[in-house]
Amino acid sequence: MSYDAHFRVWRGDSEKGELVDYPVEVNEGEVVLDIIHRLQQTEANDLAVRWNCKAGKCGSCSMEINGKPRLACMTRMSTFTETEVITVTPLRTFPVIRDLVTDVSFNYTKAREIPSFAPPPDVKPGDYRMAQVDVERSQEFRKCIECYLCQNVCHVVRDHEENKEAYAGPRYLMRIAELDMHPLDVADRQVAAQEEHGLGMCNITKCCTEVCPEHIKITDNALIPMKERVVDRKYDPLVWLGNKIFKRPGA
Amino acid sequence: MSDSTEAIEKHEFDVVVIGAGGAGLRAAIEARSQGKRTAIISKSLFGKAHTVMAEGGCAASMGNVNSNDNWMVHYRDTMRGGKFLNNWRMAELHAKEAPDRVWELETYGALFDRTPDGKISQRNFGGHTYPRLAHVGDRTGLELIRTLQQKIVSLQQEDFKETGDYEANIRVFHETTITELFKADGKIAGCIGYYRNTGGFVQFDAPAIVLATGGIGKSYSVTSNSWEYTGDGHALALRAGATLINMEFLQFHPTGMVWPPSVKGILVTESVRGDGGILKNSEGKRFMFDYIPDVFKDQYATTPEEGDRWYTDADNNRRPPELLPRDEVARAINSEVKAGRGSPHGGVFLDIASRLKPEEIQKRLPSMYHQFKELADVDITKEPMEVGPTCHYVMGGVEVDPDTGMSIVPGLFAAGECSGGMHGSNRLGGNSLSDLLVFGRRCGKSAAEYVDATASRPVVAQADVDAAVERALLPFSSATEGGENPFQVQLELQKTMHELVGIIRKADEMEMALKALQDIATRTRTVSVTGQRRFNPSWHLALDLRNMLLVSLCVGKAALERQESRGGHTRDDYPVMDSDWRHILLVLSALGEDNIELVRKEQVPMRPELLDLFELDELKKYYTGEEIGGHRAGEAMK
Ligand SMILES: Cc1cc2nc3c(=O)[nH]c(=O)nc-3n(C[C@H](O)[C@H](O)[C@H](O)COP(=O)(O)OP(=O)(O)OC[C@H]3O[C@@H](n4cnc5c(N)ncnc54)[C@H](O)[C@@H]3O)c2cc1C
Ligand code: SF4
Ligand code: SF4
Ligand code: FES
Repeated sequence: MSYDAHFRVWRGDSEKGELVDYPVEVNEGEVVLDIIHRLQQTEANDLAVRWNCKAGKCGSCSMEINGKPRLACMTRMSTFTETEVITVTPLRTFPVIRDLVTDVSFNYTKAREIPSFAPPPDVKPGDYRMAQVDVERSQEFRKCIECYLCQNVCHVVRDHEENKEAYAGPRYLMRIAELDMHPLDVADRQVAAQEEHGLGMCNITKCCTEVCPEHIKITDNALIPMKERVVDRKYDPLVWLGNKIFKRPGA
Repeated sequence: MSDSTEAIEKHEFDVVVIGAGGAGLRAAIEARSQGKRTAIISKSLFGKAHTVMAEGGCAASMGNVNSNDNWMVHYRDTMRGGKFLNNWRMAELHAKEAPDRVWELETYGALFDRTPDGKISQRNFGGHTYPRLAHVGDRTGLELIRTLQQKIVSLQQEDFKETGDYEANIRVFHETTITELFKADGKIAGCIGYYRNTGGFVQFDAPAIVLATGGIGKSYSVTSNSWEYTGDGHALALRAGATLINMEFLQFHPTGMVWPPSVKGILVTESVRGDGGILKNSEGKRFMFDYIPDVFKDQYATTPEEGDRWYTDADNNRRPPELLPRDEVARAINSEVKAGRGSPHGGVFLDIASRLKPEEIQKRLPSMYHQFKELADVDITKEPMEVGPTCHYVMGGVEVDPDTGMSIVPGLFAAGECSGGMHGSNRLGGNSLSDLLVFGRRCGKSAAEYVDATASRPVVAQADVDAAVERALLPFSSATEGGENPFQVQLELQKTMHELVGIIRKADEMEMALKALQDIATRTRTVSVTGQRRFNPSWHLALDLRNMLLVSLCVGKAALERQESRGGHTRDDYPVMDSDWRHILLVLSALGEDNIELVRKEQVPMRPELLDLFELDELKKYYTGEEIGGHRAGEAMK
């Protein structure tokens, strides 16, 4: 049941690097991360890779496998043929630190720029009341494991370093949508989404949705509705007024 | 690479929190709220700590689903689950404060699943009398850690508004591993570690340190724990002169995946059973009915019919034995497999497919559905899962004062999985997440108070720093002398613990383990690594190994000493629970890098009004006669 696969792994740092070929044993039921670990334990002790849960829950092991952004712990070896060369490279949108580990600080910077949850000032802890149907929309977005695959794949920044400054990326635009749809959040977020976080730069290609390992419908359920809210806000003063009235604390 | 040329980055803080899981983040929020400049340090990226993996929920007696619930019921359940070896004061504080800690999370933005009247929904779990676990599907830990992470961001945003600097009062150093704590005049003075990314050293001077480093499961071959769980906090505390208790008690979660081999040990949440899942052997029998121990006879159903009725009418039926505390279920599965009634890959069957509709399963257990589908090609809405015990949680940890969380070393605090006492000999599911919040907050608060009461800051001695740097770089110099590959030594250590100090223990095997660990100790000191210092996993492991070893010695020594079976400690040669052991704590301290001293210590007796929360008949199963003389029933008869 085991066989030797041909792995080609990117080794190097921010200055230089190359693809290195490794023949490596593969057993039944294994995932790409198992193979990377086997390399680490044998011929490449210092091969750098991030991982934690090995079950698709922490979003640490993001990399590009045959050019596709994936979680290595959820990519089964059985999805490849035994003769296929499997090329493993770091996420392209972020600077390489070493081997498969990239500098993802862009994402932490963006996270810090999104205004936080604004709790209703007159509702005491323990008195929050929300219906399941009303929390479900935001709950979908809170499934995000921050693997940054969507941030990596979105073409607005993938090959456009210059856009990084003005653009929060799908994960953090979705965070704005999440808070905007939170039944008890009292902040006004729509204009800022467009003007400060770059919602307008997204042209709904859905590449982010396609790579999301949590199967979150980022584009359809977060970005497009958010764009609609922005449009409504800009052109329809009544909707705007309605939002203000109905989004009262505790309502 | 001599230390004299080594440039060390230096920082000064009021409180340094080591660990960015639930306990560490809650501690940091509190310390910062008390006006202290706080650092948070973690080995992996911010937001990826183990807490992210918790699935089932967070226990708090809010009484949203069954209004009969209250702190006293939760307290009783926790003490029973821990077989009355718990630090009762911690269990009391935990039961009383958990609801407030959960409600507080909503004000930080958490979105738990709801009841029909809009409150936080609560689910059933093993050992909990009423539905008690606040949850979000089966990804509660993710919600918890993300909420706390986002709260920290919001505090940083407040600081930014005021000072123009996000990091004015709270700064996160992620992918940074602490390797040593420093003391001056017997008090905490700081710590040192390295940045994983660069391999450069970084020193933190601080009068108060909160350890929140989680568990030790990586010392076992089959575990639900990640690479981070190498017992660093336990070992750092030991080396700084603090003590550990309850290290013989390890929780083997009854349901880990058993197939394919590469996912062996990965957790299958207890919610599967809480939501109706049942355990069957290869003969199709619901075997748990054969394993209800005497102490629990009154609380569990004796027939499948009664057990099934309980899901819809909990007030008039007893719960099914699949929901016994974890130690009982793990032992039962172990016995079934040993008796030859296991599943094809050496586990038993966990069946939810025949119990709930497919849509219902996907809704309530989405990540389990996903996990089995993608990793094992099993559709849990159609087929049963194969499951078996996996090393999951360590009850033992740093011995602390229950109210403040401070260890015997002034200025050193511990919270969460790396602290000991709260869960006694066995933790109930869901009681960890609440523990993190309750004692994380308490540690943050008492660390702040401790800093306020400290007149002058202890100063770290340069000689200590040099020694720590030298030790950390040792694996590079061993390389020239031909030491072993750390991965190899780690495998050996895991195998030793798994086979000889595992779920069922025997004196001769544990003696063999301790001998093997002596040998591994020598090899650990001389492991060698090649390559550079930037993000070099073999170097990281070489240093973690030293902690794994020290902690494994503690487990082995304490397990050999305790001659009874209780909770997460099962002795083949002493199979019964013994009341004379209940009040004894095994306290461990370090004598150097790889030697451990063990002393016995008496538990503080439970406060009378807490003892009175139990019926005398139940206490008699756990306590010696003299210990319960003061119970209300006895007093009344006088
Ligand atoms: C799969 C799984 C499911 C679980 N489900 C539940 C559940 O449903 N309910 C429940 O109550 N409990 C559950 N538990 C248990 C619970 O999740 C853990 O006990 C708890 O999250 C531990 O939290 P913590 O804050 O103590 O530490 P962790 O969250 O583990 O964090 C430890 C932190 O310490 C850092 N650290 C460690 N060593 C160092 C060092 N040397 N230097 C710097 N930083 C360091 C790590 O990087 C990490 O940030 C589950 C556990 C697992 C594994
Ligand atoms: S839909 Fe928008 S955010 Fe998503 S990949 Fe396309 S442009 Fe980027
Ligand atoms: S939205 Fe999906 S793809 Fe993007 S970071 Fe979150 S989990 Fe990853
Ligand atoms: S290791 Fe956690 S998602 Fe892959």
